Amino acid sequence: MADATGVLVVAQTAGEDLNTTAQELLEAGRGVADALGEELSVGVLGQSVEQAARQAIQGGADRVYAVTNPLLADYQADLYLAAIETLCRETSPNVVLIGRTEEGRELAPRLAFRLGVGLAQDCLEVSVDPDTKRLLANRPVYGGNAVAVVSCEYTPQIAAVRPKVYEPGEPDPSRQGEVVSFPVDLDASQAKNRILERVEEESTGVKLEDARVVVSGGRGLGGPEPFEGLEELAKLLGGALGASRAAVDSGWIPIAYQVGLTGKSITPDLYITVAISGASQHMAGCSGAKVIVAINKDAEANIFKEARYGVVGDWQQVVPAFQEAVRELTQA
Amino acid sequence: MPLKIAVLAKQVIDPEMPATAFQVDSGAKKVVTPPSIAPVVNGFDENAVEAALLIKDSQEAAVTVISSGTSFAMDVMKKPLSMGADELVLLQDDAFQNTIDSFFTAQVLAAAIRKLDGFDLVICGRQASDWDNAQVPLGVAEILGVSCIALCRKVEVKDGTVVAECTTPAGYTVNEAPLPALVTVSNELGQPRYPTLRGIMAATRKNPTTWTAADLGLDLEELQPRVSLRELFIPQRIQECEIIEGDDAADAGRQLAFKLREAKLI
Ligand SMILES: Cc1cc2nc3c(=O)[nH]c(=O)nc-3n(C[C@H](O)[C@H](O)[C@H](O)COP(=O)(O)OP(=O)(O)OC[C@H]3O[C@@H](n4cnc5c(N)ncnc54)[C@H](O)[C@@H]3O)c2cc1C
Ligand SMILES: Nc1ncnc2c1ncn2[C@@H]1O[C@H](COP(=O)(O)O)[C@@H](O)[C@H]1O
Repeated sequence: MADATGVLVVAQTAGEDLNTTAQELLEAGRGVADALGEELSVGVLGQSVEQAARQAIQGGADRVYAVTNPLLADYQADLYLAAIETLCRETSPNVVLIGRTEEGRELAPRLAFRLGVGLAQDCLEVSVDPDTKRLLANRPVYGGNAVAVVSCEYTPQIAAVRPKVYEPGEPDPSRQGEVVSFPVDLDASQAKNRILERVEEESTGVKLEDARVVVSGGRGLGGPEPFEGLEELAKLLGGALGASRAAVDSGWIPIAYQVGLTGKSITPDLYITVAISGASQHMAGCSGAKVIVAINKDAEANIFKEARYGVVGDWQQVVPAFQEAVRELTQA
Repeated sequence: MPLKIAVLAKQVIDPEMPATAFQVDSGAKKVVTPPSIAPVVNGFDENAVEAALLIKDSQEAAVTVISSGTSFAMDVMKKPLSMGADELVLLQDDAFQNTIDSFFTAQVLAAAIRKLDGFDLVICGRQASDWDNAQVPLGVAEILGVSCIALCRKVEVKDGTVVAECTTPAGYTVNEAPLPALVTVSNELGQPRYPTLRGIMAATRKNPTTWTAADLGLDLEELQPRVSLRELFIPQRIQECEIIEGDDAADAGRQLAFKLREAKLI
């Protein structure tokens, strides 16, 4: 694909709207497209996508491909992949950006292999090398202990961008762009696997990924009961409860609460960790937190190297007094 | 006919080594560890072995573990055998460097799976704890042209299909795919079983099969890396932690609340 040009964002919808990750990708994609002096296109997949297409243009796209087929109404990996592959083959983009969402985790690698090209996985930043004009991607490796800068040797250059690291831009209602209808041929038999059942287990209340305040507990809590106390504290702060993998593996709390490399990535303004040591794999999920607070009895714990504020002490003494003072301050 | 299961397992640097032991040679773009830190079987790959053995507990199955690398610590790589796997195939060649490029690794592993005497199910870990790519299994599935189910916490095989429970951000899904298929598993699958004494004795007597790039019929020229590593470094932490003191631990907790209020964080 020698004449490949342009940046293509693969967008998902939430109902009729462009989802948040797609809006973030538009922001990342606009930066890359401008640095390359190329156009920014967005492929919106679904059954009918007019509203999302309009939002994509207001969010910075020069062109939108409305990739439609009745079989795209519900997400199925094999069908979505076939649609994206067709879009890439027919529009020959130079760069493809996909969100590393639940779906993107599977789609991005499979797309790269189908096209015989490389994928920069789990990127925290995408930019353009001013000399070579190739895409540069920063990504955590070795459990967050190190950062790698990678580039893709083949075209299209594909990057899976971690959600929540780019902020969606302000929509500009006056922006103009082209909407290209792109119906795709799909056959139900292309879907190899079937989802038999989908079960939602997460508790009600503020979603961990969207919470402005998160309170997490670790192995040092010693059992499941203390999590009830922490949940109360989280509610008091208008936030959500989280946990380390050690607490999850101990069976004290479901995996939906796990923060970290193999759990959820969170970006709260305030992240309070209780009895968590601060292993790199845990920190990899909260590098986007603005202020980290550590409550831990071990002054040498790594978490104090990452925290803005810390209390060295037993949580059983620190947390109740902290919670009481918070109650007085916030309800006064 | 026993069910033929291939498990892909990588030898990695122990991800839970002390942070102080973790060093990067930025010139060579490599992670260097002191010799005192022994390598391990990638944690999620032990879960993959466990998933295979759970299937073998309930039906006739043969489990072959495959690993690719330049050199192996034999006592480490024999662990899956001592847990109960039947065979170990080591893909060993100077060309099989531990690279950030998943394309290369997936091609090598897919070639080895093709060379086996058939397969019904490939089980992988969700990601290798060195490069954290989470790509190789999906690539292997694409190359082999088989269906795949990622991030499983429970895997069952019946009537020529695999049924798997997969973790999602909000809960889980139950998925079904026809065999042959590939699945990846996470730690939620449960603690890998401990090797028994009998298992360990049996493993010492087993010799792994070793295949080189030539044995696999790979044309290395065709396998140019798709991704290259430009830089590798340890991120600098600039955070200065303010330790909140008090008359006792409880008072420090109260002072913390005042501090956060002052900083307009609560
Ligand atoms: C590939 C891989 C992926 C991983 N992914 C994740 C992930 O997504 N998320 C994650 O969290 N981890 C993950 N881990 C695990 C990670 O390496 C750590 O093992 C884990 O985060 C430790 O959890 P912890 O801090 O709760 O437990 P520990 O490290 O055991 O720390 C417990 C802390 O509690 C303190 N403590 C004990 N008692 C008290 C008390 N009474 N009062 C105050 N403090 C006390 C101790 O001082 C200690 O610092 C992963 C590991 C690997 C290898
Ligand atoms: N060199 C290797 N040898 C054997 N299996 C591997 C190798 N590299 C990756 N895998 C498998 O692919 C999974 C994901 O690896 P990765 O895509 O590198 O994160 C691992 O958990 C293993 O099951």
